[in-house]
Amino acid sequence: MIEVKNLHKYFDKLEVLKGIDEVIDTNEVVCVIGPSGSGKSTFLRCLNLLEAPTKGDIIIDGVKINDPKLDINQVRQKMGMVFQSFNLFPHKTVMENITIAPIKVKGLSKEEAEKIGRELLERVGLLDKADAYPRSLSGGQKQRVAIARALAMKPEIMLFDEPTSALDPEMVGEVLEVMRELTHEGMTMVIVTHEMGFAREVAHRVLFMDGGYIVEQGSPSEIFDNPQNERTQSFLSKVL
Amino acid sequence: MGDFYIWFGGFWNNVIVPGFANLCVVIQKILTIGVVETLKVTAVALFFGVMIGLVACLCKMSKHIIPKAIATVYIEVIRGTPLLVQALFFYFGINGLLVSASGGSIRMAPLFAGMFVVSLNSGAYVAEIFRAGIQSVDKGQMEAARSLGMPEKLSMREIILPQAVRTILPSLGNEFVVLVKETSILSVIGVSEITRVGQIQASINYRTFSAYLGVAIVYFCLTFFLSRLVNRLERRMAVSD
Repeated sequence: MIEVKNLHKYFDKLEVLKGIDEVIDTNEVVCVIGPSGSGKSTFLRCLNLLEAPTKGDIIIDGVKINDPKLDINQVRQKMGMVFQSFNLFPHKTVMENITIAPIKVKGLSKEEAEKIGRELLERVGLLDKADAYPRSLSGGQKQRVAIARALAMKPEIMLFDEPTSALDPEMVGEVLEVMRELTHEGMTMVIVTHEMGFAREVAHRVLFMDGGYIVEQGSPSEIFDNPQNERTQSFLSKVL
Repeated sequence: MGDFYIWFGGFWNNVIVPGFANLCVVIQKILTIGVVETLKVTAVALFFGVMIGLVACLCKMSKHIIPKAIATVYIEVIRGTPLLVQALFFYFGINGLLVSASGGSIRMAPLFAGMFVVSLNSGAYVAEIFRAGIQSVDKGQMEAARSLGMPEKLSMREIILPQAVRTILPSLGNEFVVLVKETSILSVIGVSEITRVGQIQASINYRTFSAYLGVAIVYFCLTFFLSRLVNRLERRMAVSD
């Protein structure tokens, strides 16, 4: 479903991604782990072109998406993204946050969009907050709304960029629970995370990144219980 | 002591009383003619200043080189020259050229020229106010909107601008009050705004002290009242936030 070929990314002269080749299948849940500055967030952000790749191709469903002639907005509708800092729209209610893209981009009526919005809010357990503004929500609630907002576009792929890193510890569980349900529904997911326990539980495959490369990858048990690469071993010994 | 009474009596009768009477006349003239013209220019300049400013700001932040260059030159030139010079150049320079080229059949009214110059001037400052406001919105907001498949213009209109306006409003209110004072420069091109009315009154009877005191009093009352009004509006916006 997602095919990445020889992906390089420079920020000015700094090379952040040094040639990534990766294939992610439909319904696969892939967790990306690694130390800060290893390029994992940049890798994720390249997948929906929030960062433009300097070199290489990203192919989604057979279509090369980093082609300047392609309408990137069409592609992005297929991919939901959840950010570390939530990025809810503070001047809109929870319901408006969820319905704005379906209404303005997909052309749904307000009623249709709100129907989807209510279903999603119920799923993330926040139906009673539909008319609240983001500032009145806790971090965990904000992130659950952000997930609902991304799901409202009915994406085929969900990208998570350290979704629990900005949360107080007691709120991490509620967000992971929502994500866990998504994996059960067969959503294709790429998750950059520091939650090793969660990665081990839900991932079909774990990628370990360091220094702009995917250094090692494999099933959770391969990576966590029997890492082959020295850098993976060293990283895991510090975080586990 | 007797000398003082005689001196003071003369001072009172010859200076204070006619001076105060003249002050009343000046203020009355200003209120009937000058204030209306000043507020007319200010209102027009505020409206077009915001329009021009928004367009200039979006052009300046654009990725395309031509609109960006035009907006940058416009903002730099306007902010790099005094409003007084802009008014003189536009009215006597450009209008003068028009008049002589057309043999006198085309000429601009001072009020029109004044409104034009102040709008153009205000637009450059408002553009920078808008730019600061837009840049104060967290980068993640644009990313979140774009990641939902919203095109750039739609994201700007629905997500960035509404948030930018909240931070912009106080500066915009301030710009409004500044504009009231800046229109005084249009007296040099003969717009009968507050300062011009005061000048004319001063030249009628040479009672310059009371004439310009009247001008100052009216400006102060206007800006005092307007800044309170702007503050109140801002507070109301803050509550609905």
